Amino acid sequence: MCLGIPGQIAEVTNTEAKLALVDVLGVRREVNIACVIRDGETAEDVVGAWVLVHVGFAMSRIDEKEAQITLDLLHALGEAQAEAAALRGVEATT
Amino acid sequence: MKFVDEFRDPSTAKALLREVTACLDQLGATEQNPVQVMEVCGGHTHSIFRYALKDLVPKSLEFVHGPGCPVCVLPMGRVDDCIAIAQRPEVIFTTFGDAMRVPGSKLSLLQARANGADVRMVYSPLDALSLAQQHPDREVVFFGLGFETTMPSTAMTVLEAKRRGLKNFSLFCNHITIVPTIKAVLDSPGMRIDGFIGPGHVAMVTGSAPFRFIAERYHRPLVISGFEPNDILQSLWMVLRQLLEKRPRVENQYARLVDPDGNRVGMQAIAEVFELREFFEWRGLGSIDHSGVRMRAPYAAFDAERKFTVPNAKIADPKSCQCGEVIKGVLKPQQCKVFGKACTPRTPLGALMVSSEGACAAYYQYSTHAVEEVA
Amino acid sequence: MNAVAKPRAVDHWRDQHITLAHGAGGRAMRELIEEVIVPAFDNGLLAPLEDQARIAGSLLGHGESLAFTTDSFVVSPLRFPGGDIGRLAVCGTVNDLAVGGAVPKHLSCALILEEGLPVETLREVLASMARAAEEAGVSIVTGDTKVVERGAADGLFITTAGIGAIPAGRDTGPRMVRPGDKLIVNGTLGDHGIAVMAARNDLALQIPVQSDAAPLNGLVEAMFAAAPGLRWLRDATRGGLATITNEFAREGRFGIVLDEAAIPVADAVRGACEILGFDILYLANEGKLAALVPAEEADGLLAAMRSHPLGRNAAVVGEVHAERPGLVTMRSRFGGERVVDLLLGEQLPRIC
Repeated sequence: MCLGIPGQIAEVTNTEAKLALVDVLGVRREVNIACVIRDGETAEDVVGAWVLVHVGFAMSRIDEKEAQITLDLLHALGEAQAEAAALRGVEATT
Repeated sequence: MKFVDEFRDPSTAKALLREVTACLDQLGATEQNPVQVMEVCGGHTHSIFRYALKDLVPKSLEFVHGPGCPVCVLPMGRVDDCIAIAQRPEVIFTTFGDAMRVPGSKLSLLQARANGADVRMVYSPLDALSLAQQHPDREVVFFGLGFETTMPSTAMTVLEAKRRGLKNFSLFCNHITIVPTIKAVLDSPGMRIDGFIGPGHVAMVTGSAPFRFIAERYHRPLVISGFEPNDILQSLWMVLRQLLEKRPRVENQYARLVDPDGNRVGMQAIAEVFELREFFEWRGLGSIDHSGVRMRAPYAAFDAERKFTVPNAKIADPKSCQCGEVIKGVLKPQQCKVFGKACTPRTPLGALMVSSEGACAAYYQYSTHAVEEVA
Repeated sequence: MNAVAKPRAVDHWRDQHITLAHGAGGRAMRELIEEVIVPAFDNGLLAPLEDQARIAGSLLGHGESLAFTTDSFVVSPLRFPGGDIGRLAVCGTVNDLAVGGAVPKHLSCALILEEGLPVETLREVLASMARAAEEAGVSIVTGDTKVVERGAADGLFITTAGIGAIPAGRDTGPRMVRPGDKLIVNGTLGDHGIAVMAARNDLALQIPVQSDAAPLNGLVEAMFAAAPGLRWLRDATRGGLATITNEFAREGRFGIVLDEAAIPVADAVRGACEILGFDILYLANEGKLAALVPAEEADGLLAAMRSHPLGRNAAVVGEVHAERPGLVTMRSRFGGERVVDLLLGEQLPRIC
């Protein structure tokens, strides 16, 4: 049960009810952002953040650094395999 | 699409598949004696079929499709209760689209709508709240279902209904919790699962702590995983490496989203509104202790179960249904006696044929049964 | 062709809403037809208001065949970004003729109006039909009007029928298809289905997408000119590309493999599908066709389509093969392959 989609918070529509428009490839929908406002932040501070949207709620902030770490690791994996293959004298197909 | 397309890169998938294959070889896995990895969440099952990952991994790896489709595991009696509420003339019954086709003992919500019940699909519980404000003369009931991922949204919707002083909004609560269910699978006789791909979006809410017992008590690896194909392949690789190291633990592949401590606001809302039920009935698995939640007494005014009398009848699963064996990984979907015969997506008998996230429905829809059908 | 009502008729016409009297056969009905409907379509074949259109001479040249089709149109809401029920009613029937290789000529228009329908809405729908007919180069030459009690229809239903001529030598259908043939679509899929869903607003999504409703006969002529060997065409309306390819494969008893990466999709449609868990392959289109063409003519056909305004995003999205007759599969970006079956019922948004 867990269809969650990354989107970017575009603008706050209701500060009191913590509602904001989220943008997914140009599609906009009002969502609740209570779960992604961190301590000491206001609703406005979340504008521009990437979040995971599930049933009309922004459930979690997406950590761009962590995403990059995962991608770098996977990229390095491909390169390491290519090197290992080259050492064995085989051409790696990537 | 940012944070999606990067994790669907085919060349990365190939690199991961080579690592997965190497691990399986080192583990001595064979087609006859495969490593069995359960993906707990229906969302993972969907990705595995949509991207045909099942066919890309070596035959010495078997995906076992877990109980993580809350639509599938909803027992018939609860669907009957929904329909009883929906058929009341004052009620606007709101639901996620997923639940529309789930059969009760006589009708599904889709059929109840055709028979005149006011059943409306919504994208969010917030939309049900808006309907309640637009129709002060009607009773708007929201069909709350799902695991911990979805619980904060319904809990916060109830809190918002209270804040707005709405008297005509209530929740029919069918939320279930994943941990007791994994435990029930692990405790069942004949269980053969070697490791778990953990539910990323549940963990986003709960954090990773609730899953630790799987490593500590049952000595099985669990990797909390994202839902894109490369997320799943990477998680699979991490599970296999744990098996090689013989050091089972909880790892987090989905660090871009999952904070090990979970989401504080979401968990607070859950704790405020919900409490554990002593047991909850699951289609295909029977009664599991502490596997469901109900609304706490201070929110009784928003509890559809208290507001409306429902039949609350327990309806046994069909005898021929072997969903329980499939969920535990003892049987593959097509090994079930009724798969594709008495039980098809058009006429589902068992839980796993009900929703497109169900393992049997996915097998049926995405596999080549149609060849025989038309040839 | 004059697409709007004549000023005299507007001045004379005082009723704001359709009443049962407008369908009762008396003066009110006569006024509705003469002052609202006929002026909108304004043409010599319709004007005499006989019980039938009388078309002089032969419709068909030497060796030509007659194509004849009908379709009913119901949509809620009546208007949506990129079109309305009137545009659908003309384009749908024109396209059903065109994908058979026919040059559409004349259409009929039967209206079922719900009591209480604003006359202004009717005028807009008729004007939209007239514009679409002009785009397609067809005339609406006969029709009928009925009024039903409030609640017995959803505003307005339209049935159109159409006739067209298939030029000599054009022969399309399952018999013509060969293994290795390419499957081509003329642009992004799912725009209509998502536009109508967004207009309904049940799901409160703002989606910047317009329905693709358009008459495809001009494009089809350009396609036959570029690829005389065109094997089989159909328009991918309800049920989308998945349904149309399944029809191809089942009726033709061959297999089709789709290529996921090649299927054109607008960003907003993809976004909506990701949010709602929809499969693009099953979304409705009203200006999209799927064509099977010999592999050696595919490049030329694609170039010709892309130089036509309704084919700018045309793409080869699949291939015919002899194995597994009746089965449609899709190769994912990963090289895995999955079955693309017919949909069980309507596509429902999901959260799982």
